[in-house]
Amino acid sequence: MIIKTKKDIPASEITDPLVFNNRRKIIKAILAGAVTGIGISPVSAANNSIAWPDLPRGDGSAGLLTPTPAELVKNYTNYYEFAFNKQDSARLAQNLRTDSWTIEIGGEVENPGIYYLEDVLRQQTLQEYIYRFRCVEGWSMVVPWVGFPLSCLLKFVKPLSGALFVKFTAVHQPEVMPKQRRNAMLEWPYVEGLRMDEAMHPLTILAVGMYGSILPKQNGAPLRLVVPWKYGFKSIKAVVKIELVRRPPVTSWCQFAPHEYGFYSNVNPAVAHPRWSQSSERQLGSGFFTPRRKTELFNGYGEQVASLYRDMDLRHFF
Amino acid sequence: MIFKIDNLRTKCIVGGLIPLLWLSIDIAFDNLGANPIYALHVRLGDWSLRFLCLTLAITPIQTMTNWRGMADYRQLFGMYAFFYATLHVLAYLVIDHALVWHMIGIDIIESPYIWFGVLAYIIVFLLALTSSKWAKKRMGKSWKKLHRFIYLAAIAAVIHYFWQLKGNLAEPLFYAIMVFLLLVFRILVWVKNRQLNKAMAPTARRVLTLAEEQSEIPETIHKQH
Ligand code: HEM
Repeated sequence: MIIKTKKDIPASEITDPLVFNNRRKIIKAILAGAVTGIGISPVSAANNSIAWPDLPRGDGSAGLLTPTPAELVKNYTNYYEFAFNKQDSARLAQNLRTDSWTIEIGGEVENPGIYYLEDVLRQQTLQEYIYRFRCVEGWSMVVPWVGFPLSCLLKFVKPLSGALFVKFTAVHQPEVMPKQRRNAMLEWPYVEGLRMDEAMHPLTILAVGMYGSILPKQNGAPLRLVVPWKYGFKSIKAVVKIELVRRPPVTSWCQFAPHEYGFYSNVNPAVAHPRWSQSSERQLGSGFFTPRRKTELFNGYGEQVASLYRDMDLRHFF
Repeated sequence: MIFKIDNLRTKCIVGGLIPLLWLSIDIAFDNLGANPIYALHVRLGDWSLRFLCLTLAITPIQTMTNWRGMADYRQLFGMYAFFYATLHVLAYLVIDHALVWHMIGIDIIESPYIWFGVLAYIIVFLLALTSSKWAKKRMGKSWKKLHRFIYLAAIAAVIHYFWQLKGNLAEPLFYAIMVFLLLVFRILVWVKNRQLNKAMAPTARRVLTLAEEQSEIPETIHKQH
């Protein structure tokens, strides 16, 4: 296969020096991470060396939200490729190899190809997006992601008229991912999907960092999807392939338990998971005796996204 | 309740408090991870289930080892299962849900796995209420019948564990197998006793009549039958 390099990507029209610098910094950061193996140190040792202190805020990123302490976010994450519990996931994820990361973009697009992450990032304007994140397990947090709208990347590869859905595939590294090695539980690699209009929505981003630093491995380094109005498992980590397709992709959780995890998986307190309520959530960082937060429809982003689902029965399309 | 204070008994009483002490230390040193409320709540549930299994294991151990006088331990561990279940429920109501009753209501109604927890708790609660020697004496035969429901409590607790599962099958599976084996053991013993009774009954009768004919049977045996 042909690996497209810098030359194939037209020089960006963006000239804003601040943005340019930011981009240079993140590329350096990611390269440095790849070369020196940043993140191999214990999970709690933050990769604070690389920071983007004053990134511009992205669209729809509510300024009122207070981010959850970074340490909690780094230590409370599901990563079933590594382990079925959060402690082991965060520990074992440090073995992930993120060097010279490429993203294959294919399907119904004009510009298919395999792109180096650094080249993709050269094209994009990084911004900070402070989003609520609600896990289907009933807990939530607020994360300041560093990333860019997925729509910017999709526009760049030029979707064709047959592109009705987007299929995302995560990395396959059975050597370091024990559950992939053992074919445990889900079909690996992990697959997620969005409808085209969801993918093009300005709230939908691809993230490369959080808290002003590059993404920790357990949080989806080097590139992950973030869809803030859907349950967390839709926000696939360590993406290696993005395909634009005609039919809804069979996503991993939907395939594993179709009656429990639908394709849409929009946050919705009125639609309980078959085994547990989704009416409330425990916010990470809140103290004992603090009431749980009432879960909001579309995780509080209804104003921006409700129109995508105007005539749909959300109970049926859960 | 009168406890004969002996060494093992004291050890068991103190031992049953160690998980609580350990949990308190972890709370004090902020050792419960990124979601301490959940960790605390779930650990109490785990200990309740462990004591429940221990309680069920007493009778089989007694049968296999011919060690008498274990009924006291069965009661003690049963009370600890109740104790940790109570803390588990209190953690849920007070620490996690901060006594916001309408949210608790919705949560319980919409979470089938909790229904089984509630069933298990109601049973354990009733058994704890009637666990004293005094109650045992007063209730006579129905006490035994009631206290057999501990098996139902254990099964409900295992279902409760299984049904909230998000990933790790290994642990609930371990408890499911434990409870299953303990139940099978009891059923086997019950079947064996029944067969033995059936098989032995005619023989016993014949021995008695024979003995009677020969007037060799002491009064006491007659009285027993
Ligand atoms: C004898 C009674 C009970 C026992 C033995 C028991 C045991 C357990 C166990 C073993 C767990 C799982 C722990 C783990 O994941 O490691 C658990 C979780 C839980 N229990 Fe119970 N439980 C009982 C009663 C109840 C009751 C009455 C309620 C609620 C009113 C309750 C609510 C919960 C909740 C909310 C969870 C956490 C589920 C999750 O989100 O993962 N339990 N319990």
